[in-house]
Amino acid sequence: MNNIIQFASKLIKALSADTSADLHKFHGGVHPDGHKNESTAQPISSLAIPVTLTLPLRQHVGYIPKIKVKVGDYVLKGEMIAEAEGTVSAAIHAPTSGTITAIGEAIIPHPSGLPDMCVTLTPDGKEQWRELTPIDWENTPVNELVASLRASGIVGLGGATFPTHIKLRKDGTSAIHTLIINAAECEPYITCDDMLMRERASEITQGIAIVQHLLSASKVIVGIEDNKPEATRAMLAASQSLASISIKTVPTLYPSGDGRRLIHLLLGVEVPHHQRSTEVGIQVFNVATVLAIYRYFTFGEPSISRVVTVTGNVNSPQNYEVLFGTPMPSLIAAAGGAKADTTHFLMGGPMMGFDLPGLDVPVTKAANCIIAASPTLFSPPPPALPCIRCTRCADACPVSLQPQELYWFSKSDNFEKARDYKLFDCIECGCCTYVCPSNIPLVQYYRYAKSEIIATDKAKEAADLARERNDFRLARIEREKLERAQKHAERAASAKNDDTKPEPVETELEQPATNAGADEAKKAAIAAAVARAKALKLAAANADDTKANIDSATTTTLDKLEPDATPLMLNVAQETKAESVSEEQAKLAKQALIAAAIERAKAQKLAAAETGVAPKNTENLSRKVEAEINEIESIRAKAKQIVESKAPD
Amino acid sequence: MNRSPYITDASSVSIIMLKVLLALVPGIIAYVLVYGGGILLTLSLATMTALITEALILKIRQRPIKSSLADLSAVVTAWLLALALPPLAPWWLVVVGTLFAIAIAKQLYGGLGYNPFNPAMVGYAVLLISFPVIMTKWPAPLELATMQLGFMDQLRFILGGMLPAGIKLDAVTSATPLDYLKTQLMLHHEVTTITQTPIFGYFGAKGGEFITLSYLLGGLYLIQQRIISWHLPTAFIATLALISLIFSTIAPGQFAGATFHLVSGASMLCAFFIITDPVSGPTTPKGKLYFAAGVALLTFLIRVYGGYPDGVAFAVLIMNMCVPLIDATTQPRVFGHQR
Repeated sequence: MNNIIQFASKLIKALSADTSADLHKFHGGVHPDGHKNESTAQPISSLAIPVTLTLPLRQHVGYIPKIKVKVGDYVLKGEMIAEAEGTVSAAIHAPTSGTITAIGEAIIPHPSGLPDMCVTLTPDGKEQWRELTPIDWENTPVNELVASLRASGIVGLGGATFPTHIKLRKDGTSAIHTLIINAAECEPYITCDDMLMRERASEITQGIAIVQHLLSASKVIVGIEDNKPEATRAMLAASQSLASISIKTVPTLYPSGDGRRLIHLLLGVEVPHHQRSTEVGIQVFNVATVLAIYRYFTFGEPSISRVVTVTGNVNSPQNYEVLFGTPMPSLIAAAGGAKADTTHFLMGGPMMGFDLPGLDVPVTKAANCIIAASPTLFSPPPPALPCIRCTRCADACPVSLQPQELYWFSKSDNFEKARDYKLFDCIECGCCTYVCPSNIPLVQYYRYAKSEIIATDKAKEAADLARERNDFRLARIEREKLERAQKHAERAASAKNDDTKPEPVETELEQPATNAGADEAKKAAIAAAVARAKALKLAAANADDTKANIDSATTTTLDKLEPDATPLMLNVAQETKAESVSEEQAKLAKQALIAAAIERAKAQKLAAAETGVAPKNTENLSRKVEAEINEIESIRAKAKQIVESKAPD
Repeated sequence: MNRSPYITDASSVSIIMLKVLLALVPGIIAYVLVYGGGILLTLSLATMTALITEALILKIRQRPIKSSLADLSAVVTAWLLALALPPLAPWWLVVVGTLFAIAIAKQLYGGLGYNPFNPAMVGYAVLLISFPVIMTKWPAPLELATMQLGFMDQLRFILGGMLPAGIKLDAVTSATPLDYLKTQLMLHHEVTTITQTPIFGYFGAKGGEFITLSYLLGGLYLIQQRIISWHLPTAFIATLALISLIFSTIAPGQFAGATFHLVSGASMLCAFFIITDPVSGPTTPKGKLYFAAGVALLTFLIRVYGGYPDGVAFAVLIMNMCVPLIDATTQPRVFGHQR
């Protein structure tokens, strides 16, 4: 509780400050060379429509969307070809008009390099739009607007590709007070957001106004790194009329564009590790995403293209507006082609991006930057030396982790310890590897450890489930066996009573005695039934004015006491649960049940004594039962006497 | 496959070690000026021994030799040990100490990055325990010596144990201030009278104080270059100053003051070059403060109450043992977590 109050006061303090001077520096960070000027010399230009477009269905985080077209279908530009399925999912639209020519697996731009389901579209070059329906967002209920975004195909264009409609959905738990627009673009080489802000600041600002309206956030902060003065100026000019939007420049320090880092930088709020920023009333959107939202509401255009930075070892680095599904080679060709010594291509920045499995992959919603790599541009790291514990990694870690310890634990497969040292708080930003003088690929070790831990957890979960099921099965088999044995014994007993005819003379005389015994057994059974009924009644009575419920532990205890009592027990347990019994009352009910169980055991024993079957439990015989047994014995003796007395005659 | 990040800064272990060696240069120059050029031979001997020993053991361990020698860590160990030895240490003393430091204290534990104890201090401690007489025989600073040994004389003595005709060893050696203070205090002299002796120089050690200040200069360079963090030297100096200040204030006759403790013995070498060894030291910022304070406290206690004139080596080794505990208990708060 104190923590919450503390956190709230910190939050209020942080939010009350509004001058761009008071930024809250986060720990660590690195200053890699920006390499941004190469691709900002030219304005964003459009790419010619390629011969074919390959649209992976999985371009976002979440469920794969459902295909709505088949091979041979003609689609218009902007027509939905796959619709969002499940909560977290995003639709896919035709980036231009044309014919669906294939649906099948193709290599997608993903670190795994594995093929995935793709729809191939052959454009007809007509660029014929489907009917577009702009939405009057100012006069439409917010929930309708958000629901309509599900059909927009818009996902986070900063690279995270989380479906946007989910981020705008009101979950009812917390209201968003602050909207942060992430325009830090801290990764080297990437300039797509920079160029968008320079060229389309007013559209972005209108998009911000829409998102602010959707979230009903009271204030908006746009965070831009100070290496983008033109973009900052453009945004300042465009947002002048909107009082609630403040543009803040933040120092160029990687990874200031990480959501949690940016929130801390701008607001001084540390989003707790186990919570999302929305739980503390803050939502973060990327500039390109906001622009896509603007276009969707204002023109009705779904998400069919994005701006991609093509840079690195290409002849003329530049930003391009590219249709999704465009083959990478045409993009590289547009940028003047790759230089001769190009070895491979990266998607994303050099700090967090990955090797493309090849150039024969399409541009997707996640493709913010394509970098042609060469050995001179990204020299292969020298062989790793041992860690000398210099703690430069710890000094650089923006999460205040101890990377040298995590490395040690990951390397020695000491995963529990790695987890203790907050391995899962690692954002894989690469700062530790960047500064390591021993050239240890630290992030690789963390990725390995994380995947191992996740795999182990999953396996353990599955094993636990299997064990639980097996325990249940064994218990059931045991119970059934007991039930069978008892039935068998009962049947055997009655059979014995019917069949035993040791001497014809004695038959007549034996009869009353056995009958008497059977009667007693019957009586005992009735007594047990009565006791059971009593127990039930007692439990029910106790349950009347009580609260807590009997937990499964109670059931288990009783289960052990008397396997046969299980159905009864469950009944009682259910009844009492329904009635909400207090603990004390539950205890009473339990005692009653135990008493009933004992009674039943006695009855069994009694019956067994008569039939000659060994009783289950002979220790807890009460005096009453003993008396009963004695009584039966005396009846027997009497019968015997009668038989004996009459026999000589 | 995700191999990111694809870029790294220009740092390397070799550059770090090279800068440490560079930072020692002012101290070495001061050393030569105070005690003569013999130290240069000692340094070379230690360096050669360290490199040969390291190469030999790496060969036995079937590890890459060239890249390991190129990291220069063995040279740093050799220099630190050489600078801690008395200026007229015989050649075999240098060789034995370096050999032990590299072979036993470093390579047997797994080489660079794996040694729990500071190799130079292990070598020093072994020599101090095995050869206490030679290890405490320091020549008088040139300025004060009644008989001065020339550079060639020093070389001849280091290599052959021979002094020029007519000169006895006692004539060129003198007690160090720490040593002198200790023996004089046992004779119930007052600190103020004892420190009137010329060997105490301006701040506490004639000549030695000059070397110490040169180490301080080199240390500041290392901080500026971000090779070492400020935590260790600051906590060491502050703690040593504070304790000696407290003791000398309470009993000025029996305890030397803060300045004396800071400039004499291996204080500054320890503060900036020895406790800053990353491998055998703690990793957390708070842990560094505790570690350095612990070394300072133990150094003071050994100097004042212990059997040896200077306590740096033992203090460092004892604190090395505490490093795992210090690290485990001083983990910093992770972003987004409560304390």
